[in-house]
Amino acid sequence: MSSLSASEQLAELEYAPPADNWAIRAENLSVTYRTPIDKRPTLKKTVARMVRRQRTLKEVQALRDISLQIPHGTVVGIIGVNGAGKSTLMRTLAGILPPTRGRVEVNGRVSTLLALGVGFNADLSGRENVVLGGLAAGLSREAVEAKYDEIAEFADLGEFMDVPMRNYSSGMYGRLAFSVAVNMEPDILLIDEALSVGDARFKRKSFDKMRELCAEARTILIVSHALKSLATLCSDAIWLNEGRIMMRDTPEAVIDAYTRFLDVGEADEVDEDV
Amino acid sequence: MSAVAERRGRRDDFTSERHVYEPFRVGLPPLGSYLRQLWRRREFGLALARSELRAAHLDTLFGRVWLVLNPMLMALVYFMLVEIIRHGSKSPEFLAHIMATLFAFRFVSSSIKDAARSVTSGGRLILNTAFPRAILPISAVIEGFYRFLPMVAVYAVVHVAVGLPVGPQLLWVVPIILLLVLFATGISMFVAAAQVYFRDLRHFLRYFLRIWLYTSPIIWTVDQVPEGLKPFLALNPLYPFLGSLSDTVIDGTSPPMTWILWSAAWALVVLVGGGLFFISREREFAVRL
Repeated sequence: MSSLSASEQLAELEYAPPADNWAIRAENLSVTYRTPIDKRPTLKKTVARMVRRQRTLKEVQALRDISLQIPHGTVVGIIGVNGAGKSTLMRTLAGILPPTRGRVEVNGRVSTLLALGVGFNADLSGRENVVLGGLAAGLSREAVEAKYDEIAEFADLGEFMDVPMRNYSSGMYGRLAFSVAVNMEPDILLIDEALSVGDARFKRKSFDKMRELCAEARTILIVSHALKSLATLCSDAIWLNEGRIMMRDTPEAVIDAYTRFLDVGEADEVDEDV
Repeated sequence: MSAVAERRGRRDDFTSERHVYEPFRVGLPPLGSYLRQLWRRREFGLALARSELRAAHLDTLFGRVWLVLNPMLMALVYFMLVEIIRHGSKSPEFLAHIMATLFAFRFVSSSIKDAARSVTSGGRLILNTAFPRAILPISAVIEGFYRFLPMVAVYAVVHVAVGLPVGPQLLWVVPIILLLVLFATGISMFVAAAQVYFRDLRHFLRYFLRIWLYTSPIIWTVDQVPEGLKPFLALNPLYPFLGSLSDTVIDGTSPPMTWILWSAAWALVVLVGGGLFFISREREFAVRL
């Protein structure tokens, strides 16, 4: 009996079923990247820096040895000061940045709303940007067109959908981006600092939509500084600091610890955020 | 069987049920699944090229007319220039030669120019969506090809009007242009990646392309070149492409096989070299934009 169970165990280990109930699993994830010191590197500046023997690159250790498992259907809030690695974590989970060490496993269709999502080409209309964004994400043209009406209706931009996006206000940008991300019917939704876009009416609408998505047992990761909204939406929270997970607990507990940390240790940071 | 194949096929899709992200051991991602992903995005590449054209030409009649008129006027300007320098010794066939080779050159140069900004201007898309970035410079080449196609029709009219021979040897144009597309794709990928590191590259590119134009057999023909200079001019990758093209359409002969092989060799080397350079760099783009 014992030999049988041993071989069974072995078989199970080798098979390693795709994380039955894990939506996201990261093991010892580290991300280090080198980025130019100049915002807009040119050959001229690079040569000048090399002549002066200055460095042209700086190394950023954005994530250090992060391990986490997120079950399907959880809504996780991610908080931390600026530069804590929140956006890098989101991009790594979305497959945009490759890990330097470790491993990430994601189970399900992912939709991302990072920074300002849609509208990569301001010369094109909102409609074209939505369609191109969907195609780039790997959807078929039929699938994009099927979703398009829903997206346009939710963003509620009217005839602005056919106007080049350079004529959009920043609120309109945000509304369209949010609308695209939430209407792609993702299993996993990654949202980076985009909860408060648009006017009061749209904020209300997007908050309701978020609630609806949360209730549908989708997996959602939200990066936000709006702690109050996080406390209402999330079932779980992670506090990142300097690329490490400081704490993972209920939203109340994490927000409490985080606020105390900000008050005591980093008084300047609080002022900055205000 | 099909269900298994489908599941396996979906495994490595960006939008499939399961994704695993691990560090790449060497500089390159797994090429098989990369190319499959690229093929999946073909619709995106075509749609992006069409959208860019629409944005550039505002979908107006005048915009379209200009798209055709501009290269034609350039060909006329170069023809007149050579006429003046040579004291009017040139025939209408030479105008056809300038048109054929100049239009082909402009396909390459406009692809390269558009590709140079394809990655840097796609910043938001790159920061927010996981997809094989190579589709961006490839889309620039598709856009260049869309601009080139109407010029084929323009050339055909001139070809017949001037009374140049029409025969089966014209079929050589197809493989020559095909090789030129591969060549342009390779250079475009290289330039698109290099532009991320050096944003002033586009300014140098203008001068570089202008010099390339003058050192290519466009405003001169291969048989005018002194013997001593030939080996140097043959270093220009476009030399065998444009030389074969001119032989085929103007002289009505089959191009020398050595030129075709040279063209194929250049196309292959540049495509593989540029492609591998781009793909091995592309995962850095998200942190450098």
